[in-house]
Amino acid sequence: MLPIIFVLPLIQLVILSNAATFEIKNIAFAYIDNDHSSASRALIEKFNASTYFNVLTHFPSEAKASAAMLKGEVDVVLEIPRHFERQLQKSKQAHLGVTINAIDGAAAGVKNVYVTQIIQTFNQHIKVNLLQPSDMLSQPSTINTIPLFWYNETLNYKTFMVPGILVLLVTMITLFLSGMNIVREKEIGTLEQINVTPIKKRQFIIGKLFPFWVLGLGLLTIGLTIAKLIFNIPMIGSLALMYFYTSIYILVVLGIGLFISNFTDTQQQAMFISWFFMVIFILMSGLFTPIESMPKWAQIITEFNPIKYFVEVMRMVMLKGSGFMDILPQVTKTLLYALIMNGLAVWSYKKTS
Amino acid sequence: MNNNVIEVKNLTKTFGDFTAVNAITFEVKKGEIFGFLGANGAGKTTAMKMLIGISKPTSGKAQVAGFDVFTHAEDVKQSIGYMSQKFALYDDLTVKENITFFGGIYGLSRKRIEEKRCELVEDLGLKDIVNQLVGALPLGWKQKIAFSVSLLHDPKIVFLDEPTGGVDPITRRQFWEMIYKAAHQGTTVFVTTHYMDEAEYCDRVSIMVNGKIEALDTPKKLKEQFRAENMNDVFLKLARSPSPTLTNGNEVNTDKN
Repeated sequence: MLPIIFVLPLIQLVILSNAATFEIKNIAFAYIDNDHSSASRALIEKFNASTYFNVLTHFPSEAKASAAMLKGEVDVVLEIPRHFERQLQKSKQAHLGVTINAIDGAAAGVKNVYVTQIIQTFNQHIKVNLLQPSDMLSQPSTINTIPLFWYNETLNYKTFMVPGILVLLVTMITLFLSGMNIVREKEIGTLEQINVTPIKKRQFIIGKLFPFWVLGLGLLTIGLTIAKLIFNIPMIGSLALMYFYTSIYILVVLGIGLFISNFTDTQQQAMFISWFFMVIFILMSGLFTPIESMPKWAQIITEFNPIKYFVEVMRMVMLKGSGFMDILPQVTKTLLYALIMNGLAVWSYKKTS
Repeated sequence: MNNNVIEVKNLTKTFGDFTAVNAITFEVKKGEIFGFLGANGAGKTTAMKMLIGISKPTSGKAQVAGFDVFTHAEDVKQSIGYMSQKFALYDDLTVKENITFFGGIYGLSRKRIEEKRCELVEDLGLKDIVNQLVGALPLGWKQKIAFSVSLLHDPKIVFLDEPTGGVDPITRRQFWEMIYKAAHQGTTVFVTTHYMDEAEYCDRVSIMVNGKIEALDTPKKLKEQFRAENMNDVFLKLARSPSPTLTNGNEVNTDKN
């Protein structure tokens, strides 16, 4: 069992961190060129040169293109109208048709931005070519913005995801194991034996907590090592602070697990309830979707989500190098949470029925 | 001077409309082997659970080892040993670890645990298996070890819930020798069983039918009272009377070796 506990999460960490990305690349792109001019070819060449677009083919007609989109073969179709080049030269403006598969609205928005950017650079290029020397003087100087990306300068998605996925693994393993634990003893019958001994309730719960607490910290250690060795995630903040916070955080999860365990009679029930909470915790943790964009009521719910705090703290300490005072609000809330959940775990463990 | 270690008066447990244990009254004397018989579903286990402090009685009074089970359940637990029909040592710990663990729970010192362990290894001849996982041992061994572990802290009373279920006749014999030995050393033994020959080994026997104690006396007197050859017949005569839980008597184990 012990190898499974350690090996499976690590495989997950390696696979998920590489796979779970919101970066949009390799967009299946197709075009309908009704113009067949040098301008239209130059435009398509721009898409070809971009790493974001994977120019698949061109379609002779719109009908063929929409059929391909229905089948899911292409996601973006650019339609270049007849007389595109002539329009550009004559009236200095032209229209292009862009069709984007928007089943995933957020992704479609990003694709639209990419398309627009490419067309704009193409446009500027054209403009310069079309300008008369006399226009040069009246041409307004363009405003260039130079973005500075802090804390993750290369915008590496893994830098963002790995700390979060590490959080998930520590949480999942500790929640499931503790959730199954007492209920398993109920099933085997050893719990009855324990209940006829004069053991104190808090002794029992602490005895149950401790091994999983050590296990959780062990998982964190292995996870951090992998983050550093395989993904080369920068660790700017203090390791001691990460361990300090995690050691409190695991208590929350274990408290929840033991609380569930006390209320259920079989391991299936415990598993079902643990999953229920796990899914809510994960999806509302800010790991995949930013909490700020959730509706107000959902944001209030996330206040009760321990994973949210853990994700915040790991990203803050690991990537920004935040200190103890910066994460004090999270530490306070987590500590309070731990006290409440473990209090409930002790309370709900009944030696007498 | 009160010589009773268990005193039960009108002890009742109800689950909704169902009365599992219906106002039972009895006493058990110090050093006695008390047989607690009844058909499946007669309320034996429920009654026992109240006496060992893991089930709250609905009404009535019960004192075990001088403590009230209502108000001082945890004190009762320090003074009793318990072995359930579901084998209850930890399968994934060795014999030695189980002894250390349960000794520790009862607050025995390390030295005392060590002494007890040596004693136990000696008495049961566990030398070769003391470092084996309990899960790997045959049932008979497990039961004997579980019984010894329940006696680790020298309890005043030991409660045995069908301790010999499923073990072979030789082991059952050895098991009863262990029970006699414990009783001889002054431990009161409260035992439930389905084996009627085992009932004959008890000093006194009570028979529960539908949540009530229908008979309570020495095996000899019970046989006279019911004009029966053996305890098996006594049991069948009692249990066959209007009992909805036992229509054919086929749940009584008539094994007589």
